[in-house]
Amino acid sequence: MTKRYWNAYQKEIAEDHYFYERSCIRQTFFPGSEAAFLRIMREELHKDIKDEANQHTCTGIGYHSDIVPLETTMTVVARLFSLMQEDGYTNYVPSCVTSFGIFSEMIDIWEHQPEMLEKTRENLYKATGREFAIPSNLAHPSDIIYKFREELKKNMKYQLVNRFTGKPLRVVEHVGCHYAKIFPERGIGNAEFPYVLAGMIESWGGEVVDYPERRHCCGFGFRHYLLQENRGYSIANSKKKFESMEPYEPDFIVCNCPGCTMFMDKWQYTIAEMENKTYDKEGYGIPVLTYEEMAGLLLGYDPWELGLQIHQVQAENLMNKIGIKYNPDEKYRGVNGKILPKPERPSVLKQ
Amino acid sequence: MSVNFGYSIAPTRAINYDNCDFSKLHELEQAVPSFKRCINCGACTATCSAQQFTSFNIRKIKTLCMDGQYESLGKELKKCMLCGKCTLVCPRGLALRPIIMTMRKIFVTK
Repeated sequence: MTKRYWNAYQKEIAEDHYFYERSCIRQTFFPGSEAAFLRIMREELHKDIKDEANQHTCTGIGYHSDIVPLETTMTVVARLFSLMQEDGYTNYVPSCVTSFGIFSEMIDIWEHQPEMLEKTRENLYKATGREFAIPSNLAHPSDIIYKFREELKKNMKYQLVNRFTGKPLRVVEHVGCHYAKIFPERGIGNAEFPYVLAGMIESWGGEVVDYPERRHCCGFGFRHYLLQENRGYSIANSKKKFESMEPYEPDFIVCNCPGCTMFMDKWQYTIAEMENKTYDKEGYGIPVLTYEEMAGLLLGYDPWELGLQIHQVQAENLMNKIGIKYNPDEKYRGVNGKILPKPERPSVLKQ
Repeated sequence: MSVNFGYSIAPTRAINYDNCDFSKLHELEQAVPSFKRCINCGACTATCSAQQFTSFNIRKIKTLCMDGQYESLGKELKKCMLCGKCTLVCPRGLALRPIIMTMRKIFVTK
């Protein structure tokens, strides 16, 4: 009976031949994550995935800030789908959770209002001379990693286990709101029991922390932070989550949304500066990883290639707990081989 | 704080009922049982003379009572002129003047 009910909470994820769309902000804040995903797909899972050079924004941030009108967003989304069609793919994989929400929303509108679909086709053709097809499968990269988590486990060099105590690492998972809260049926476990990250953690040896504010917004929320004067509301959301998870002493946080990863990472620094407060015992903060970084670390990828040095809360303590080998001297070596200047140290948060 | 961020952390506005003291609300409800008949329509506030030139808001006062948030009530209740217009317009027939007088006894004098 339980299994039958759980089947209703699953979604269809394509097996192979994906068209990948990159995120606007992820390459700035977690520059190694998207490269790690492509590497995992090609080298570990041997899948065909297209990284199209002519791609562009989905308008997500402008759309949710009421700057970009709906018709424009539809036409921009249609152009992205036309690129996919041109390359001969039908399985669309947007890197960003907001893009995933935008595409889900536009496809849903087109399904319910065919006249909007025709208008979008007309707009796109008039503007660019292009035509497009709606993807047969829309999946977030975290869906794909979740789907192949057991295959990846076979290639992993490390597990989410504390090598000093032998106990599973305690992991807070945070699923982006636009992943399953807008269209619940498009997320694994729907909006009620999001399992996409929890499934990875459990498969790879960790223990998921279930804390009271687990499903609370991270504070990203677009309108919360776009104006500097409003950011107090954004940080208040993150603080509420940190206070709620603190008693459970999590080893790290993993997210599948760029906004969640960024804000839960950066706000720890801001709260530390404002209130002299950190949410771990030692004062280093709780590391916040993307699911690609978590998978990459366990697969034995170089943490500096994954971009962990770019995070506000540094992950050395976590890597020591897992037993991951890394070279501290290479931490700030750029792609040109030169050692880059070291960032200024925060006054409260230890590094 | 070593950095000027240009904003501060907004204090939470969530009310934890487990930490609220509802004894004064129960005292009010015992003294004026008709208080429970209120449907929060706001007609009292709309017609209030005092709200024309102060921040007096009967509907807000009722909400604060129900949520166990008594801190600001003493100051607010002093703004009422006891003119009784609210009693005339109340669709549930609440005698609002006695309610305000009882509230003053409970929240101001005590």
